[in-house]
Amino acid sequence: MIEAAALRKRFGPVEAVREVSFCAGNGSITGLLGPNGAGKSTTLRMLYGVLTPDGGSARIDGLDIRGETSAARAHLGVLPHAAGLYGNLTGRENIAYFGSLHGIARRPLAERVSELSRALDMQSFIDRRAKGFSQGQRIKVALARALVHDPANVILDEPTNGLDVMAIRNLREMLRNLRAQGRCIVFSSHVMQEVAALCDHVVIIGRGNVLAQGTLQEIRERSSARSGGQPGGSATLEEAFLEILGETEGIA
Amino acid sequence: MRALFTVFAKEFLENLRDRRTLVSALLFGPLFGPILFGAMVSRMLNQTVIESDEPLSITISGGERAPNLERYLESEGVRLHAETLSESAARERVRKDGALVLLVPADFAPRFEQARPAPVFVVADSSDSQTRKSTDRLRALLAGYASGIAQLRVQMRGVDPLLAVPIAVNEIDVTTPSGRAVVVLGFMTYFVLFSVLMGGLYLAIDCTAGERERGSLESLLSLPVARGTLVGGKILATCAYMCLSLAINLTAFVFVFRFVPLERLGMSANLGVGTALEFFAICLPFVPLGAALMTLVASFTRSYREAQTYLTSVLLVPTLPIAFASIYSLKTKSSLMVIPSLSQHLLMTSVLKDEPIAAADVLVSSGCALLLALVLIVLTARHWRRESMLG
Repeated sequence: MIEAAALRKRFGPVEAVREVSFCAGNGSITGLLGPNGAGKSTTLRMLYGVLTPDGGSARIDGLDIRGETSAARAHLGVLPHAAGLYGNLTGRENIAYFGSLHGIARRPLAERVSELSRALDMQSFIDRRAKGFSQGQRIKVALARALVHDPANVILDEPTNGLDVMAIRNLREMLRNLRAQGRCIVFSSHVMQEVAALCDHVVIIGRGNVLAQGTLQEIRERSSARSGGQPGGSATLEEAFLEILGETEGIA
Repeated sequence: MRALFTVFAKEFLENLRDRRTLVSALLFGPLFGPILFGAMVSRMLNQTVIESDEPLSITISGGERAPNLERYLESEGVRLHAETLSESAARERVRKDGALVLLVPADFAPRFEQARPAPVFVVADSSDSQTRKSTDRLRALLAGYASGIAQLRVQMRGVDPLLAVPIAVNEIDVTTPSGRAVVVLGFMTYFVLFSVLMGGLYLAIDCTAGERERGSLESLLSLPVARGTLVGGKILATCAYMCLSLAINLTAFVFVFRFVPLERLGMSANLGVGTALEFFAICLPFVPLGAALMTLVASFTRSYREAQTYLTSVLLVPTLPIAFASIYSLKTKSSLMVIPSLSQHLLMTSVLKDEPIAAADVLVSSGCALLLALVLIVLTARHWRRESMLG
């Protein structure tokens, strides 16, 4: 469970995040949707602790990210936007390195890596050097690396960027599996189809503010209600998204 | 503690698999000095030996006009090759062969008989360092001959020849054999310090700018591991490679010194295994200092290339105090032991000279290097805690 309350962050004169609050529950996928530069990455970076918020607070499984940083991070698996691997290490070594830094002992770690290798179908390449991996193989290893300590919460920043269709399908499958295991998943995207295909809960962010949030259904209904259409009507997520953004960006 | 070791082991292993790191850290860095040094010193020594031991050999043209001079030169052990050359032919010969030609012109004998200054020409190429030495020797011989003749002439006219020698110049050269060796070996200590830094150069880059360029930095920073631990493990791995490089470097030096004929000049080249071990101990405190400095500098850079540019200048940093010391010819003093790299240079020089080393000097030298290293490590860890580290 990830709770963000009135998170705020500014870089010099730029207010990257003005006020972002949301709650992502267990066993569900929450999508942060917004155009580039809306503050999605900054919000996520505050949640996984590489940026310190200027205001507001956030909790991971009830642990304060500022007061109990280490404990909060231990409950969190992170797949950042740039999730590079160490090319001279094998896939297995890449995953084990992070596991070891999480403090997992050698034997359980070896078992855990093998388990992930089976679950993510990596047996054919896991013992090769990461240098030669394809995009799809790389994202699997990076995801396994984020999951090595079996975190209840997973944050992914633009995970589908640069992936081909097959890799995206695989990733969706993996995220649904994680949801089925009861984890709390938060990911960001500027691609509507991704969010529509996966999310139980959508948070639309624009210019550092939460513009709307709710289930896909709620967002569509809210939009069509505003534009005078029928409740539960025909508005697609894309129309709803543009309309909600338009209120602040003046593009509608 | 365990995380520290994990980071150390991973960086050590990863770079062991990187050909670029291996070549620069364990091959080029440590072997560059000994090979260059061995070749250079051998050549220098051979030249000096040739110059002082071998008889001077010159081509003389018109020697029959000055038979006494010829006899004098031969009695001084000069080999004369008589050959009739015009002035322009002599120039041509010198330019081509690098020979040394003494021309006795036609008016030598008449002027000599009239006791007027009798001309001779020394034709030589002064840009050639080897003939310059020979030229100096020939000039000294001619001056000796001239002053002998001058004294005889004065004496024949009933004047005390000593009147013509108002000053007796005496030179006392205090260079001792080992002192001379130190001039030659002086820059060897820099090669040692250079190899220490080269050993860690690529690791320092790979652990910081490399991590950022690969895009693995953000994942690493989101782990529940203290930034100081990450930095510590990385610097530790850098130190390990630097120690390896230093060990290879000193081994190579010991090996090279077996083949350099230093003793032919009466120099004591006491670079055996014992000296190498002393060198290792002296340089050890410099290792964490160099590692921390390079890691700190590399932490500020965004890419491999940028880090490479900045770190190459860091390689020159230890030369500055050494160059400064040799320009102002500073002698070993306890107060200089507070300056890292200079103190290592002075201590190693003392070992080479077989001078006694004060324990206090070693303590101050190591202490200062380690203290500065600690400061730099703390600064690096603090920089890693900043948000700007993400880039």
